[in-house]
Amino acid sequence: MFSYCTDPSTLEGLSWLSCYLTTGKHMNLYISVFVVLVLLAITAPVALLFGFGAASAARSKFLPLRWFGMGYTSIVRGVPDIAFFLFFVIALDQAFEWMRHKVKCPDWDQPIRQGIDFVVCDAAKLPLSTAPQWVHETYGFFLAVLTFSIVFGAFAANVLYGAMRAVPRAQIETAEAYGMTSRQAFWRILVPQMWVYALPGLSNLWMVLIKATPLLFLLGVEDIVYWARELGGTKTARFTDYPHPNWHVWYFAALLVFYLCFTKVSEVALDRIMKRLTKGQATAGGEAQRKAAA
Amino acid sequence: MSCVETIQAYAFRSLGFGERLLPKGEYTLCEHFTLIGSGMIWNVYFGVLALLTGFFLAVALAVGKSNANPMWRKPAEWFIFVFRGSPLFIQFFFAYACFLSLKGVSNFFDPFTSAWLGALIVLFFNTAAYSGEIFYGALLSIPKGDIEAADAYGMTGWTRFRRITFPTMMRLAWPAYTNEAIFLFHATTLVFFSGFPAWRQKGDALYYASYFADKTFNPFVPYPILAFYFILLTLLIISIFGFVNRRLNKHLPQERRSKTKLKLNLIR
Repeated sequence: MFSYCTDPSTLEGLSWLSCYLTTGKHMNLYISVFVVLVLLAITAPVALLFGFGAASAARSKFLPLRWFGMGYTSIVRGVPDIAFFLFFVIALDQAFEWMRHKVKCPDWDQPIRQGIDFVVCDAAKLPLSTAPQWVHETYGFFLAVLTFSIVFGAFAANVLYGAMRAVPRAQIETAEAYGMTSRQAFWRILVPQMWVYALPGLSNLWMVLIKATPLLFLLGVEDIVYWARELGGTKTARFTDYPHPNWHVWYFAALLVFYLCFTKVSEVALDRIMKRLTKGQATAGGEAQRKAAA
Repeated sequence: MSCVETIQAYAFRSLGFGERLLPKGEYTLCEHFTLIGSGMIWNVYFGVLALLTGFFLAVALAVGKSNANPMWRKPAEWFIFVFRGSPLFIQFFFAYACFLSLKGVSNFFDPFTSAWLGALIVLFFNTAAYSGEIFYGALLSIPKGDIEAADAYGMTGWTRFRRITFPTMMRLAWPAYTNEAIFLFHATTLVFFSGFPAWRQKGDALYYASYFADKTFNPFVPYPILAFYFILLTLLIISIFGFVNRRLNKHLPQERRSKTKLKLNLIR
């Protein structure tokens, strides 16, 4: 990257390090940090949306819908989340291909599961075998985001369901006394008030989501763990200008520090939001704020 | 092979007994159940040992964190922060890399690079940090009256801790600690996906489940079986911890007893 980097074997100390840390592969490592951030930025709102839908479904008067909401939220209790990650990535991929297969190749007569193979017609492959490399990578990332959203949506649903029940009953009764329909009471009274009850759970969930991002590695996305393993391994002078012994320890220590800083910053930010939200609320936190101000 | 033969061959495959080669070709449901069940031995091993040993360190951390002297408080705070603030997955990778380089220094560290000890140590530290924070929270919410009553009886130091503080702390922390135990068992599935090698294909339940899913390209059989085993395990944990919880709350009137409520905010 720098002009003095043309012959690394002559360099020493810091200047060597500055060259080493700016090689093309290290740039990939830095880009993968953005991949993690993008994943978080997409997953958090989508999971919240899934969770909101499921929590509303679990409150529904229509029995099958309620069962669906309850089932979705409770299945994640007993089973390790990583099993879901490994399951959904293959399952979603096969589901998409199967649906495209049904639409695009209606006159296909062979079974889709042949022994231990999963066979769909060429036109239904996702992504198409002719597609460029970046389409394959984006599709893999998309599957990962969807998987994260489904799993964390279930967690969020649990938190939001609890929060909806925590809103004092009297608030809804007052709304009904004013002649609001149950739909109006839900959107105008319940939803605005539930966030303060949901925030402790949601901020916890955000922390968990941050700490779950290294699992991207297991879903086949080239994320920071992938690059740390790749770059940290022993490099001989034959294949690279920067030979070094096994440096996995340093790379993973750096990842550890990265995540510690990330969670610390989130903690501080979430504390601030909580203070803002509790202001003027009829909760213990709001009461304490009022007393402190008086 | 009949199902009984399969069980004989593979029931302890994860420990290295029985058939050496994993099943090939068409996989029967029986093979799925036996091999994944065999892998559960490792999950139970990691979970139980980490929980038992981690408990003591957790109590020490909680007491340390509530100590007024910064010499005790700071290390406990930092320990809890480091292990709770970073992903377990990275901790595994880091520990494995550490042990691997220590192995070059001395023969003593040889067993640390295999999962049965190395991963157990990481899980031990991890659960100690999480439960330490839970116990610390409980320590802060011990009713003031309880401590004052102990003081009035002239109890101090160790006696007061053993008779009043510790039992009350346990009682208050137990519902959250139950959750911690459940999610610790879930976390054990990460071991063989994070650097620690599964030597001679002796892995845990998820290792075998993903082995089947990779071979058959059909996730709809092995993962639900894994889920079935884990739901059983979760129910077992809840009943054992519920029994302890009832004992801890024995002296209280019915409406003041703390109930175990399953919460989801402890996955790491």
